[in-house]
Amino acid sequence: MTFAVVVFPGSNSDHDAHYAVEHVLGQPARFVWHKDTSLGTADVVILPGGFSHGDYLRTGAIARFSPIMAAVRDFADAGGPVLGICNGFQILLECGLLPGAMLRNRDVRFHCGFVGVRVERTDTPFTNRCTVGQVLHLPIAHGEGNYYAPPDTLAALEADGQVIFRYVDEAGEVTEAANPNGSIHSIAGISNGSKNVVGLMPHPERACEACLGGADGLVVFQSVVHALHERGTLQRV
Amino acid sequence: MTHDAAVLARHGLTPDEYARIVQLIGREPNLTELGLFSVMWSEHCSYKSSRVHLKTLPTEGARVVQGPGENAGAVDIGDGLAAVFKIESHNHPSFIEPYQGAATGVGGIIRDIFTMGARPIALLDALRFGPMDDGLNRRVLKGVVAGIGGYGNSIGIPTVGGEVMFDESYRGNPLVNVFCLGIARHSEIVKGHASGVGNPVYYVGAKTGRDGIHGATMASAEFDESSAEKRPAVQVGDPFMEKLLLEACLEVMRGEAVVGVQDMGAAGLTCATSETGSRGSVGVQIDVARVPQREPGMTPYEIMLSESQERMLLIVKRGREAEVERVFEKWDLHAVRIGEVTNDQRLRVMEHGVVVADVPNRALTDEAPVYHRPYREPEGRADLQRIPAEAVAAGPKPTDAFLSLLSTPTIASKRWIYRQYDHVVQTNTVALDGLTAAVVRVKGTTRALAMSVDGNGRYSALDPRQGAKLAVAEAARNVACAGGLPIGATNCLNFGNPERPDIMWQFAEAVAGIGEACRALDTPITGGNVSFYNETDGRAILPTPILGVVGLVADVSHVRTRLFSEAGLDIVILGEGRGELGGSEYLKTIHGLIRGRPPVLDLAREHALARLLVDWASRGVIRSAHDCAEGGLAVTLAECCFDTGGLGAEVSIGRAPNDGGVPGLASTLFGESATCVLVSAAPGDAPVVLREAHAAGLPAARIGRTGGSAIRIAVDGEIAIDCSVGEAEARWSGALAKALDGRAA
Amino acid sequence: MKARVFVTLKPSVFDPQGQTIAEALHSLGYNDVGDVRQGKYFELDLKVASTGAAQRLAEDVADRVLANPVIESFRVEVA
Repeated sequence: MTFAVVVFPGSNSDHDAHYAVEHVLGQPARFVWHKDTSLGTADVVILPGGFSHGDYLRTGAIARFSPIMAAVRDFADAGGPVLGICNGFQILLECGLLPGAMLRNRDVRFHCGFVGVRVERTDTPFTNRCTVGQVLHLPIAHGEGNYYAPPDTLAALEADGQVIFRYVDEAGEVTEAANPNGSIHSIAGISNGSKNVVGLMPHPERACEACLGGADGLVVFQSVVHALHERGTLQRV
Repeated sequence: MTHDAAVLARHGLTPDEYARIVQLIGREPNLTELGLFSVMWSEHCSYKSSRVHLKTLPTEGARVVQGPGENAGAVDIGDGLAAVFKIESHNHPSFIEPYQGAATGVGGIIRDIFTMGARPIALLDALRFGPMDDGLNRRVLKGVVAGIGGYGNSIGIPTVGGEVMFDESYRGNPLVNVFCLGIARHSEIVKGHASGVGNPVYYVGAKTGRDGIHGATMASAEFDESSAEKRPAVQVGDPFMEKLLLEACLEVMRGEAVVGVQDMGAAGLTCATSETGSRGSVGVQIDVARVPQREPGMTPYEIMLSESQERMLLIVKRGREAEVERVFEKWDLHAVRIGEVTNDQRLRVMEHGVVVADVPNRALTDEAPVYHRPYREPEGRADLQRIPAEAVAAGPKPTDAFLSLLSTPTIASKRWIYRQYDHVVQTNTVALDGLTAAVVRVKGTTRALAMSVDGNGRYSALDPRQGAKLAVAEAARNVACAGGLPIGATNCLNFGNPERPDIMWQFAEAVAGIGEACRALDTPITGGNVSFYNETDGRAILPTPILGVVGLVADVSHVRTRLFSEAGLDIVILGEGRGELGGSEYLKTIHGLIRGRPPVLDLAREHALARLLVDWASRGVIRSAHDCAEGGLAVTLAECCFDTGGLGAEVSIGRAPNDGGVPGLASTLFGESATCVLVSAAPGDAPVVLREAHAAGLPAARIGRTGGSAIRIAVDGEIAIDCSVGEAEARWSGALAKALDGRAA
Repeated sequence: MKARVFVTLKPSVFDPQGQTIAEALHSLGYNDVGDVRQGKYFELDLKVASTGAAQRLAEDVADRVLANPVIESFRVEVA
């Protein structure tokens, strides 16, 4: 199965995602340039982290107009698994494939470090190999990770089980101190209504090897491989 | 004479230098040509005050792939790969505009690496600020840190390490030295040479504006409102633009359609065209009308002197232009042919086909003046090297001094700073907590590279030659503690005004010290930078030579941190504490003094220690290693306990000789002796460490054991320090945030 | 024609930058400054003939690109 990693001008974790998929997970990964109009053969689409268009105007605000995004939208509408990591999450928010928006971190500073991230739902292609309540240690690296949704949207997200990841402390508890950026309800990642599009601010692709600080992120990629095997069909766009 | 004294002065040229120009080009220069010489013969570009000294540095070695003279240096790391690295300064701009000064400094050094065809994978920075109790210094620090993060994070190159020290002399003259390292296959390295008569010269990247034109005015026009708007703008870095440039340039260089590449940094287009021509023994001719411009009405003078960021010069193989243009178009970048290579070894500048400047390129580069600036040891050094007994007669109790040292900004945890840096991007960074050097793995191999930047200005103020030797030794030692064999070095020399004999003496001594140490430790200098004139109102900074050392780790599994990993391990001290408080953090923090002699250094012993550390790490014989630096043994021991979840240690040592006559136990606990490392080892391995150290002629002793939750140090059988790890760590980890934000992080 | 676009965070959205600025002003002694909200200001140089056309074009650009309707609102002024 093929992982398509979309490259926008200014993406910098495209290489991280590609490496994790090909060299650690052992699945083929392909770069797709943002000006292309087709994803080609793709079973999974990853929108990677970085600073697309320098984060100028707003994070992800310009990337969402890239020609490739029409193909990404079609892929998502057809039920294909889409993972938006950090800047990728921001792009999914800007183009409306996920609800809500991203603000500057509460303390107006960039934060990099490993944090606790609790898995809230296992009914997505990216978390089906986790257990509910499992805490993953994943690195964050962002200045605008403060997730926001208006009250109605937020209530619907919680009620429909679309909150997939939350920031927690060592004991697995949601606390203000464990929330690195002020995200509403300590939300670290969400899905769309049909659960095939997931966005998260932490970087699972940067936590796939123990020598780099931990391998808790690998399960996110193993999950989608499992999901596609289960499905028995390969998506072709 | 065409140009009067005032014009010459505005261009930073002396009458003698002007006479030399006239002699070299065979006539008087026009204003544009005067501008070219003004920037190329500036200290920053020509190294005119430092060249005679820098020539004495060791630059060769079996591993050296590229020595000084190119945009960066390179050493072989095996498997046909090279580590390409250099360190550079951006000091003065970082005081004027801290964020952009630091950001453009980062941008500049990154370009120096990828211009060689190497993908940058790591950044480190050595920073110096005035004391944190002054709002101005805090503002500068915050701006600098935000700028380094803002640029590095955006372009996606991890900032993986560095060091910060504080001293009054850096108030108004902060230091921002940025080190960058990249990886390239030997065959992929591209140099900054122009060659091939008729080959097109391309300009790629951002448009040229009026940034950074050094105060030189166009002509004798008076200043009016429109002139005010034309005044040089502060350089603003655009990391997004540079990311595009980096990707496009690396893509183009893989295709071998370019014969030479140089970035436009200091002296912009002038430097890039004259240097590539000189190096290739050819000429370069360009037409400034073809240069993409950001503002209307720019003159050739302005275009040639502009220091707009994120621009590169490419010498392209004739016939391969379309391929090059296609790559840059893909990345939405300007790629414009602005000229060609000629055979006359001149730099010829035209505007719409009319020649506006025409000089031999070597006159701008190799034939810049070389000065043998006078230098003289200043008076009063004997007194400076004596610690006045009356000033240190009374001191705090050991545990109080210990806690004070842990919370002084130079020693305290720098987490407030590095948390703002993406140190994980590119997935090469070997786990950060507890590393004394920064370590990145090399994908496609089992290897890793350890890097450290170090340089203690206090030691150099007391004895510049010794201070410089110690800087090399400390950087190499940090790298060895992480498990890396030191293989190469780069230096950034930060000093005051070289026209003062006492400053020039500091510089000459420092270079001599670096040379001696680099030879003894097998770390050839592959390139570097000199920053002079770091002074305000005649008061110079502490002479601050910063050394960046790169080490090769044979296997990632060999990497060691400073952390004690479990209870029940033996703690062994290698080397010995000689009770040296000269230039120490203790003397500065507790008594406000920079006095005494810097620590002694046995380079042969240092060399042997590095090899032992690397060997032990590779065999798994030691579990951790940490060198004794600022704060001495007590602080070093404490740092081994931090970030371990509260694991303590208990050691028992003998009283050290009382160097400097400071009463009490300060010399023993806080003396900063060189070639001194604390390692932890399983009880079965400790005897191996001791035996092999002694066999190599190195003092070594088992002094204690890890365990408990306190840091306990006994001297001659009596407990001198007994402090819970929790309390010590809280002081250490919260100090910088408290100083900067007024509250613990 | 020139159009000016002012983009501001909706009142219900927390503005960490505005808050930081307000705190900084207070610590400098500007106690008469209450709340601060930070927004963005754009100047558009438009190649259209009438103020009406400029207003419509600027609003379209603001709505589609310059402002994020989830968290921001905007106002257009035509010179």
